[in-house]
Amino acid sequence: MNWGGAAEFFAMGGHGAFVWGSYAVSALCIALEAWLVARRNRRARAA
Amino acid sequence: MFSNFFSFASPQAFYPVAGRMIPWFGWSAALLALAGLYIGFFVAPTDATQGESYRIIFIHVPAAWMSMFIYLVMALWAGLGLVLNTRLSGMMASALAPTGAMFTFVALWSGALWGKPTWGTYWVWDARLTSELILLFLYLGYMALKEAIEDPQRADRAGAILALVGVVNIPIIYFSVQWWNTLHQGASVSLTKAPSMAMTMLAGMLVMALAAWMYAIAVSLARVRAIILERERGRDMAWVRSMVNA
Repeated sequence: MNWGGAAEFFAMGGHGAFVWGSYAVSALCIALEAWLVARRNRRARAA
Repeated sequence: MFSNFFSFASPQAFYPVAGRMIPWFGWSAALLALAGLYIGFFVAPTDATQGESYRIIFIHVPAAWMSMFIYLVMALWAGLGLVLNTRLSGMMASALAPTGAMFTFVALWSGALWGKPTWGTYWVWDARLTSELILLFLYLGYMALKEAIEDPQRADRAGAILALVGVVNIPIIYFSVQWWNTLHQGASVSLTKAPSMAMTMLAGMLVMALAAWMYAIAVSLARVRAIILERERGRDMAWVRSMVNA
């Protein structure tokens, strides 16, 4: 275990904005892509 | 001689097969990502020189690998379609492009946020970063070209030529850190040398890469299903109806 607590975990040694900024945008991109593909399938079936 | 094999790989035969495969790849991706993130954040130690900012590696490297690998697979499908004139090939190539572009963007974005704390800058025009940016433009150009041509078969052929010409960029990205003096570091993991990182860091990275792989397969299979319905609508409406109502 690397962390002394939640605050330390989210701080990432002072680089929290960079680490969490990377992961948050990546997660958003993946969620957006999955949503767009699901919508495209719904529309293709409905048309 | 090949006619049986290729009729099996027809879009109509592939549609239900792809549908059955998606949940397996999707759930594998989710479970592997959870395991990879756990290893990356709770098992892998703090890096001696970079501190905690190095933990961006667990998304950055898998995304960068996928960005190159998906391009190669996309170009392979496009080339197969060009040579063999199989309809599914062009659809597979189309289905892979947005996912490749997404991973390229994630690699560039996470790289920029990693560059700032380690190099002091979000961006430099060095060979690795520039060739990866060109890869993003290749994906976007490929998608725009296929969108712009109405006839799907002509779009497949034109796209295939663009995709195949663009393949030259992949070795440039991969070897850029050896061929030029780049700010980007050299490979930490290669097929010929022992990796220059802690075992747990490597494990986290490989599990995340596997998760990215499973995700890419799941989402491109889902996209190719939509493409099959869209394109078959113009050719075989009875089949489309039977699939939609099934």
